[in-house]
Amino acid sequence: MRRHQVIKDRFLENRIFLSRTVILFSLMLLLVAGLVSRLIYLQVAGHKKYHNMATNNRIKVSSIPPTRGIIYDKKGNVLAENLPSYSLEIIPEQVADMDATLQRLKQVLNIPEEKIDAFNKQRKHYKSFDSIPLLLQLDSIEVAQFAVLRHTFPGVDVHARLMRHYPYAELTAHLVGYVGRINEKELKNLPEAEYRSIHTIGKIGIEKAYEDLLRGHSGYAELETNAQGKPINELGRIESKPGADVYLTLDIDLQRIAYEALDIYNGAVVALDLETGGVLVQVSKASFDPNLFVSGISYKDYKQLNQSKSKPLFDRALRGQYPPGSTLKPFIGLAGLEHNITHTHQTLFCPGYYQLPNNKHKYRDWKKWGHGMVNLDDAITQSCDVYFYDMSLALGIDKMSTFLHDFGFGEKTEIDLIGEKSGLLPSREWKRIHREQVWFPGETLITGIGQGFTQVTPLQLARATAILAKRGELVKPYLAERIVDETRIIDAEHSATEHIELKASNIQDIIQAMVHVVHGARGTAKRIGKGLDYQIAGKTGTAQVYTVKQDEEYDEAEIEFNMRDHALFIAFAPAHDPKIAVAVIAEHGSHGSSIAAPIAAKVIKQYLHVEKKP
Amino acid sequence: MKVELRPEQFKEHSLIGRLLRKLHIDIPLLIGLVLLLLMSFMMLYSASNQETALLIRQAARMGVSGVLMVVLAHINPRQFQRYSIPLYVLGVALLVAVLWVGDVGKGAQRWLDLGIFKFQPSEMIKITTPMMLAWYLAGHEIPPKWMHIVIATLFILIPTLLIVRQPDLGTSLLVASSGASVLYFAGISWRFLIASMVSISAFTPIYWEFFMRDYQKDRVLTFLNPEADPMGKGYHIIQSKIAIGSGGAYGKGWQGNTQSQLDFLPESSTDFIFAVFAEEFGLLGCLGLLSIYLFIVARGLYIAVQAQDTYERLLAGSLVCTFFVYVFVNIGMVIGILPVVGVPLPLISYGGTSMVTLFAGFGMLMSIHTHKKILPS
Repeated sequence: MRRHQVIKDRFLENRIFLSRTVILFSLMLLLVAGLVSRLIYLQVAGHKKYHNMATNNRIKVSSIPPTRGIIYDKKGNVLAENLPSYSLEIIPEQVADMDATLQRLKQVLNIPEEKIDAFNKQRKHYKSFDSIPLLLQLDSIEVAQFAVLRHTFPGVDVHARLMRHYPYAELTAHLVGYVGRINEKELKNLPEAEYRSIHTIGKIGIEKAYEDLLRGHSGYAELETNAQGKPINELGRIESKPGADVYLTLDIDLQRIAYEALDIYNGAVVALDLETGGVLVQVSKASFDPNLFVSGISYKDYKQLNQSKSKPLFDRALRGQYPPGSTLKPFIGLAGLEHNITHTHQTLFCPGYYQLPNNKHKYRDWKKWGHGMVNLDDAITQSCDVYFYDMSLALGIDKMSTFLHDFGFGEKTEIDLIGEKSGLLPSREWKRIHREQVWFPGETLITGIGQGFTQVTPLQLARATAILAKRGELVKPYLAERIVDETRIIDAEHSATEHIELKASNIQDIIQAMVHVVHGARGTAKRIGKGLDYQIAGKTGTAQVYTVKQDEEYDEAEIEFNMRDHALFIAFAPAHDPKIAVAVIAEHGSHGSSIAAPIAAKVIKQYLHVEKKP
Repeated sequence: MKVELRPEQFKEHSLIGRLLRKLHIDIPLLIGLVLLLLMSFMMLYSASNQETALLIRQAARMGVSGVLMVVLAHINPRQFQRYSIPLYVLGVALLVAVLWVGDVGKGAQRWLDLGIFKFQPSEMIKITTPMMLAWYLAGHEIPPKWMHIVIATLFILIPTLLIVRQPDLGTSLLVASSGASVLYFAGISWRFLIASMVSISAFTPIYWEFFMRDYQKDRVLTFLNPEADPMGKGYHIIQSKIAIGSGGAYGKGWQGNTQSQLDFLPESSTDFIFAVFAEEFGLLGCLGLLSIYLFIVARGLYIAVQAQDTYERLLAGSLVCTFFVYVFVNIGMVIGILPVVGVPLPLISYGGTSMVTLFAGFGMLMSIHTHKKILPS
């Protein structure tokens, strides 16, 4: 080979090669030093940080939902329970393309767009490894449809969850309330840890008022997971604590009787147990099926409920404000007696109208030709307006307002529900502040017969009646009698309450007059008094919806149904040893005597009948 | 006058020593390699979640590679020199063939399916390129003339660009560096070295624009900022750093690695096995592993310096240099100071092709060291 003939300087070559090798090896050492310094940076300086990251990588905390407490009535009937139900849930972290997954799910199951919107909104507030419900209450067909394709939907699964159920549906809708999907606004103000595993929250009624107790506490499982998020190992577990059971004072049988007795009328019935002040009945009609809300009510259903003229979502018992009408008369009469304005034996001639001095305006009586000569007892029994016009004028608005205030008018009852209205008790000061006007004497007159500015809630009216029945002893209505959780039982306290200072004979006279309303020959509610082996003390009332002009006649037949007066009735029984107080408002029932009184009578009859037995 | 004589012959008296000598095995090199293979077994057992089938496959590869090493150690280096050109031409031809009929794996054409086994010509070229260069440069003056440098560069560029076309960034880098190291050892001037480095950096934007595939660009971008896409492209590097960092100074102990046991770390038994090692054995273990590598490199360079012939010297130097580049690029990418280019950790990562090439290289080194002739002084 010719190439080998090339003359080489071996010494030069050796020198070059050796020096190059030394330089190269030095360079290699330098590079290795670079690797080592990086390793020191990661393993020594960054050890804590990366150690935490490795731990967070593998350990996930999964929350265990607690079982919500059961709501019972006073006899142990279940008003709210938990039934197993299937829900379709998604763990966002395990879904590669959420939009595509949702679109494909839509093809498999019939998922309304609004559910997807709700899901997307909810997602933002949960951790990406939380299981977020997309569709609740799947039926067995839907579960089967999904089960077939489940392997094609990583991160999506069907879960069996406990779903709230209200067996009495419409009957307890407003009172017991319902739970619904937590909305964005609520989520912001909730303790995040407690609600990680819970997707519903009490929206109204007892469910809302006792949310903190009913809910219970979430448990946690510390899971070691692999990179796919699949649990490999459970490292620790704190069991969830079930929510407390709540026993109400409500009597569901009585509630049903009241609800059904309202018949075609919307309105409210509230009955209080006079021994404790506990609410026996609290009906608000029209009503709705609360079970619709648990799984997320559809837009269509909600619109229908919301726009219905009968306003089924409105809690009339707690938030409805009505003029008390003549049901206020026993209280005004008592005020008159207490202030020595008049007494039972003084009589007044009722010509069918009343006029203020120097004023042509005629304040009419409901009876066109008048009641003739009436005393207080007659005035209450027959509900004479003129007698009370006269008495109100003599009392004046200030005394009247103060006295009524003692009976709880214009004030919330502080019942253990949320959203109660306070009604309205007018006074000189109220009018100056809210209307920027002085008080006119004519307004005193109409206040005296329960019209004008005055507004009461059915609950307030029931409480005032109960105070009257208990001869001035204050009553505080409540619903939760007993709360039972794993460790303790809490009973409602029935401490001795305050008294309104009243003369025994005065209140006796008023109660006697109210007994005459039901049992007297001329009593406005005498129809319900027949054949009773106990006495009911009551008072009818009519609340004007439509104002009759000065020279017009109120002709029931000519007025449309929704312009008719509301029918009211308050009662307690037995009159001399009262056990139950009732307030009834039948909207557009026109007459307290024919429509409202029989409803109260049915409730009282049932209650006393059952109570007597044991 | 060529008398084959092994001067150490008379110093070694032990049976194993004599046996190894007969086999033309270099003992220090062998010790280093065996240590690495033992570590490889330990790491694969742990990283694969105790999958024995995988260990058996790897052991078989080690066996085949070991036999190849011994066979090559037996062959006189002159034979390598003689077959330098045909082997180089064959390698380039196969590279061309792979572009035409090669199998596509992971978006790149690298494999030739030869029926019984798949063959990756780019691995073979890692050895034949330095052989070719060593042959060419050894036939001319040292240090080489300008003209020879240009021709030698062509010998490097042909296979390198063919591999870039596959595309396989990691291997083309190794082939280029194996060729370049021959030039370096041949003594090309520093000025020229610096000038070529500058021109390579100038070439980078053009390379980026016209030769790099999207996934390669992604890798580089990811390397520059892995946190930009932690669940996507940056996932490898972030999980790898977590594994290494959480190992700390002393490590979590053998099989105590949560990162790969729980599948957080992808490719834990192949390219990213160093992360598993670092998690289990910590900084201390890493220093140990790097020491073994440095020991092998040092022994290799010693063999190169001791070599008596220009061809042998250049070839040995280049093989050692390539081995080091392997180690540096792999560890560098796993610890996040180099882009992810798909280079295995030599002799530890799971996989056969690179192991065969590496053992072949060590076989040639041993051959160079054990076939010495006494020079007329």
